[in-house]
Amino acid sequence: MLPIKSKWIALLGALSALGATCASAQMLINGAGATFPFPIYSKWFNEYAKVDPSVRFNYQSIGSGGGQKQILSETVDFGASDGPMSDDNLAKAPRALWHFPTVAGADVITYNVPGDPKLKIDGPTIAGIFLGTIVKWNDPAIAGQNPDLKLPDADIVVVHRSDGSGTTYIFTDYLSNVSADWKAKVGNGTSVSWPTGIGGKGNEGVSGQVKQVPGSIGYVELVYAKQNKLQYADVKNSSGSYVTPSIESVTEALATADIPADFRFSMVNPPGATAYPISGCTWLLVYAEQKDHAKGEKLVQFLKWAYSDGEKLAPGLDYAPLPDALIKRALEKVQSIKY
Amino acid sequence: MSSAPTTTYVMPAPGSRGPDIAFKWVAVFAAAMIVVLIVLVGWELYSGSRLAIAKYGPGFLWSSEWDPVLEKFGALPFIFGTLVSSLISLLIAVPLGVATALFLTELAPLKVRQPIIIAIEMLAAVPSVIFGLWGVFILIPWLRDSLFLWLKKSLGFLPLFQGPIYGVSMLAAGIIIAIMILPIVTSISREILRSVPNLQREAAYALGATRWEVLKIAVLSYARRGLFGAAVLGLGRALGETMAVTMVIGNRPQISASLFAPGYTLASVVANEFTEATTDLYLSALFEIGLVLFAVAILVNAAAQVMLKSMTGSGPIKVN
Repeated sequence: MLPIKSKWIALLGALSALGATCASAQMLINGAGATFPFPIYSKWFNEYAKVDPSVRFNYQSIGSGGGQKQILSETVDFGASDGPMSDDNLAKAPRALWHFPTVAGADVITYNVPGDPKLKIDGPTIAGIFLGTIVKWNDPAIAGQNPDLKLPDADIVVVHRSDGSGTTYIFTDYLSNVSADWKAKVGNGTSVSWPTGIGGKGNEGVSGQVKQVPGSIGYVELVYAKQNKLQYADVKNSSGSYVTPSIESVTEALATADIPADFRFSMVNPPGATAYPISGCTWLLVYAEQKDHAKGEKLVQFLKWAYSDGEKLAPGLDYAPLPDALIKRALEKVQSIKY
Repeated sequence: MSSAPTTTYVMPAPGSRGPDIAFKWVAVFAAAMIVVLIVLVGWELYSGSRLAIAKYGPGFLWSSEWDPVLEKFGALPFIFGTLVSSLISLLIAVPLGVATALFLTELAPLKVRQPIIIAIEMLAAVPSVIFGLWGVFILIPWLRDSLFLWLKKSLGFLPLFQGPIYGVSMLAAGIIIAIMILPIVTSISREILRSVPNLQREAAYALGATRWEVLKIAVLSYARRGLFGAAVLGLGRALGETMAVTMVIGNRPQISASLFAPGYTLASVVANEFTEATTDLYLSALFEIGLVLFAVAILVNAAAQVMLKSMTGSGPIKVN
């Protein structure tokens, strides 16, 4: 009996050794970071596995904070973040660390008002509501922009994200941009000290509260609002028109935003006439000089694919693809990665 | 099967102390690992929070500001939220749990005992996030539209039940935690009550006591220390509950007298903000929140042990 057993064990051992050699023949590139683009990144990595079967991407959506930390300590091959890295954090990088914008998304203003009307709203009014200075739905600031609607004399209940998120970053970035009051009192970040309201965890937490609490208002990702058929507001942009959030109006925002050479930009409140003002980008973080030649080569090949074929997959998952001009600029930068 | 070698292992030669010694060391090792683990966790939390400790000092404990943008951090609203939500949950879960245990050990017909016990144990197997979802979609709307309104109408003169009703609130969190710790409180209470010797009950009956008097004099007073221990174990669970709590408490770092107002707990803020904390000081402050939670849990347990020691009455000395 015993010899038979040991034969089995030997066989199992041989099999697992074989498995290990198979795995090492396929290169593994690790990444970690932002949660917002996770669905599109997984789609990309799946599709790319068909294009180049010799490389496999492993992406952990642990959050932008973790993504930045891990790429700084070089425990992953690329990082991902929903907000551009701060100068302080970027200074900690051992060598040049580049930002590559991938896709963009919008925050929509969703609400629970009897009759479910389509609201029109401008930036200073949103800031007033979230600062707690506009407290009634029939406040002249809201009613004045919606003369056709009969808004109730009800209290506004503010709902915001309780977890740190890129969605909050975009939203507070926008409010800081349109309201000096907001900038002075609250500022922007992935989590802020909210002057009023209750916190819901995740997009589903916010939308759950908004659905349930009469008179409430919150912000969620466009993807989430569309999939869950939530009512959301048209927001007034910097050229004075009320724009419905959509993939097209976000791409338009990207096309008209002022984007510097290092790609660390904020695209809120751009000048475009049809641009939706509350939108933001998400980035991959890649070292300009790759330590590992083979991995660096594969990573660059992947980035080239992502900017050509990958971007076409974005609208299917409700992400806004980059405009052609920006893709061209990003590809030029990809070419100059050294490996 | 080759039986000869097997028997030598099962039946050691008379006088062989090998297995005894081996078992002793395995047990010592296992016990020591627990102590080592606790020390390591404490050390890790401390070293992670050094930056925040150096910057804010002890003021971290009584500052109530939490502003990640300006990097001003204080733990007071979170400590308050953790203690209050746990206290509410104990006020609900302990009477319910002990009453259920009494019913199961003293009153219930044998036929229904087992199904109820299984139901309670199933409750313990439900994941936290499921309780949270149930809380958000079923419990909260009900609380908001009926129980809270009723409380406000009938007890609204108390500051506890004043202010606007959102649904998500300290009280909702306490109720959710109560449901989650109910299984552990009930099962431990049941074990404690089962350990009360029948002699106690018989003696009381012999004195002509009614059923209620027997429960009061013979069972509960005998078991009170053990039941207190069950409450302490429940409290341990309550302090650390995270997922379900964060879904129903409203996540607002404020100290309010009203139980209808949203609050925040230590565990929730770490779970919420850890992933997107990008600056070192911010991360360090979250580590310190973890350290404070660790300390609160230890202090509360220590206080409970002291209270347990000072309690009079015979019966099981300790359960935990």
